[in-house]
Amino acid sequence: MAPAERREGMHYLESLPRRWVTVYIPLLVFLFVLLFPFYWMVITSFKSNAELLSNGSNPFWVIEPTLDHFRKLFYGTSYPKWMWNTIIVSVTATFVSLAASVFAAYAIERLRFKGSRQVGLAIFLAYLVPPSILFIPLAMMVFQIGIFDTRWALILTYPTFLIPFCTWLLMGYFRSIPFELEECALIDGATRWQILIKIILPLAVPGLISAGIFAFTLSWNEFLYALTFISASENKTVPVGVITELVEGDVYHWGALMAGALVGSLPVAVMYSFFVEYYVAGMTGAVKE
Amino acid sequence: MASVELRQVRKSFGSTPVVHGVDVSIADGEFVVLVGPSGCGKSTLLRMIAGLEEITSGEIRIGDRVVNDVAPKQRDIAMVFQNYALYPHMKVIDNMAFSMKLAGRSQEEIHARVDKAAKILGLTDYLDRYPRQLSGGQRQRVAMGRAIVRDPQVFLFDEPLSNLDAKLRVQMRTEIKELHQRLKTTSVYVTHDQIEAMTMADKIVVMNSGRVEQIGSPLDLYDQPANLFVAGFIGSPAMNFLPGKLVTKWGGRGVQIAPDCVLPAPANSESDGSDVVIGVRPEHFDIGASGVKAQVIVVEPTGADTQVYCRIAGHSVTAVSRERHTFRPGDTIDLNPAEGKSYLFNPASGARIA
Ligand SMILES: Nc1ncnc2c1ncn2[C@@H]1O[C@H](COP(=O)(O)OP(=O)(O)OP(=O)(O)O)[C@@H](O)[C@H]1O
Ligand SMILES: [Mg+2]
Repeated sequence: MAPAERREGMHYLESLPRRWVTVYIPLLVFLFVLLFPFYWMVITSFKSNAELLSNGSNPFWVIEPTLDHFRKLFYGTSYPKWMWNTIIVSVTATFVSLAASVFAAYAIERLRFKGSRQVGLAIFLAYLVPPSILFIPLAMMVFQIGIFDTRWALILTYPTFLIPFCTWLLMGYFRSIPFELEECALIDGATRWQILIKIILPLAVPGLISAGIFAFTLSWNEFLYALTFISASENKTVPVGVITELVEGDVYHWGALMAGALVGSLPVAVMYSFFVEYYVAGMTGAVKE
Repeated sequence: MASVELRQVRKSFGSTPVVHGVDVSIADGEFVVLVGPSGCGKSTLLRMIAGLEEITSGEIRIGDRVVNDVAPKQRDIAMVFQNYALYPHMKVIDNMAFSMKLAGRSQEEIHARVDKAAKILGLTDYLDRYPRQLSGGQRQRVAMGRAIVRDPQVFLFDEPLSNLDAKLRVQMRTEIKELHQRLKTTSVYVTHDQIEAMTMADKIVVMNSGRVEQIGSPLDLYDQPANLFVAGFIGSPAMNFLPGKLVTKWGGRGVQIAPDCVLPAPANSESDGSDVVIGVRPEHFDIGASGVKAQVIVVEPTGADTQVYCRIAGHSVTAVSRERHTFRPGDTIDLNPAEGKSYLFNPASGARIA
């Protein structure tokens, strides 16, 4: 739809009271629901234990902000190590998965080999297999090849859910790149490889970015595999480390927990805000000529 | 430059035959237009010449080489696509240089050739722009520029003008024609617009549902259509067709369209009483004092000429006249086919009798 048409079509929204009812109020409600947990996390991480546990203090505000919890997190636990593990694992798993997915998606979409549709479908189905079932056979394999309790256990198992997802997303994106471009390149003398590198990938950058962000977020937040395949404290990732080491029996170190969650979510938040435009373009597809 | 030769070329998609044995020979430097209604297999044929589609059977030669199994890039052809297919992420200059860069040509040569092509096409000021920053006509020129920098043996065009507005289309039509006269590269041009075909072609190939109906120069096709399809396809407004029976009258032949309505027919050796279709082009009707009675339905003066839509014995007929007329809808006029300007067709086979 052209922008002009859109303006015309939504003209009825333009009067102010109506706009409040149809646009702003729903948006505000939405924002509140989405942001409130985040807000709760932030104030909790700055509250002293006394304030946290007293009945008399205001639950929605911090009276005396303190950095105690952050201090405990960074000096009292292996949090920096967890962070580093999470970064290494997420980045590597993301790049490995993206590379594999580019080839898979391109082949399925464009090489038109026999059974390409079935392969595409199978990959999609693989994505639907829940990790809570998959981790049992995966655990056996992890043990057998002797990578239990190492970063490799995660780097090699995360692609089992990342590749299907990225492939599926990139397939949709590649499909939106006009066929003629490739045919034209073919006549211009490019090989398949050159077409992929010089035509398809540059045009698929938004798709690659959104697939990358998604893969990164999924591996950053992954819990189940990280919990089962890692046991030593210094090999843990942030989500697992925070939960397993900051909850002792039935004692919850709320402040440190929330501080850990806050620091752990910052990289993802920063990345989203950087790439949000590409991200939207990638999800909605369409290569503009 | 090279000739192109198609021999009994066939194409099926799965089990559906789409092109049924096409023979065309294109001489070196010729501008050939493939024309036909939508879905008749023009693009498929062109793509087979380009090597983008495999040939189910038959033979395609470019120059003196059989190219059936030659990859597109080794056929030394350039193709201009309907939607231009410019690489959106490359500037105009890089779009034009892409093929030469892949071929590993030197920087100086690339520059020289791109500059030359840009000058021919008036693109010099736009070399640093991206395709999205260009108008439709400029994109079209870039697509052509990309083809000419390669100096190929054959140019292939697939409806290159159909995305442009009417005025620009006429202008680009002339430009492509001029370009061809200058470069003299063998060209195959696909269109479904018969005016484009008539104005641009050295030779027209009229196709219909995967078959060649007739091959000839534009005026040949206009003057000597081989069958009903070509007669109806070439020319605008289209030829009038009136079914009837042959009779002998006034010492010559005629076609009886209705009990009291006989049109004079060209000489022929068919027997009286056989079913025929008589074809008369709108511009070959004389509007005057004698002839068959026609009832005027609509009169459309365009300034240069006047189109008259009327009805003869229940059949709609269009006549075009250079003169200005005073009659109005509802009037009865006399129409007469100009001497020697009408055609007879066999209604069953569609072939022309005379
Ligand atoms: N990849 C394909 N698979 C199956 N059928 C196809 C394929 N490509 C084309 N066809 C069929 O072949 C026939 C000819 O198609 P083609 O594109 O050559 O027509 P065209 O003459 O170029 O028409 P247009 O003027 O609309 O471009 C059509 O009936 C079309 O449905
Ligand atoms: Mg076509």
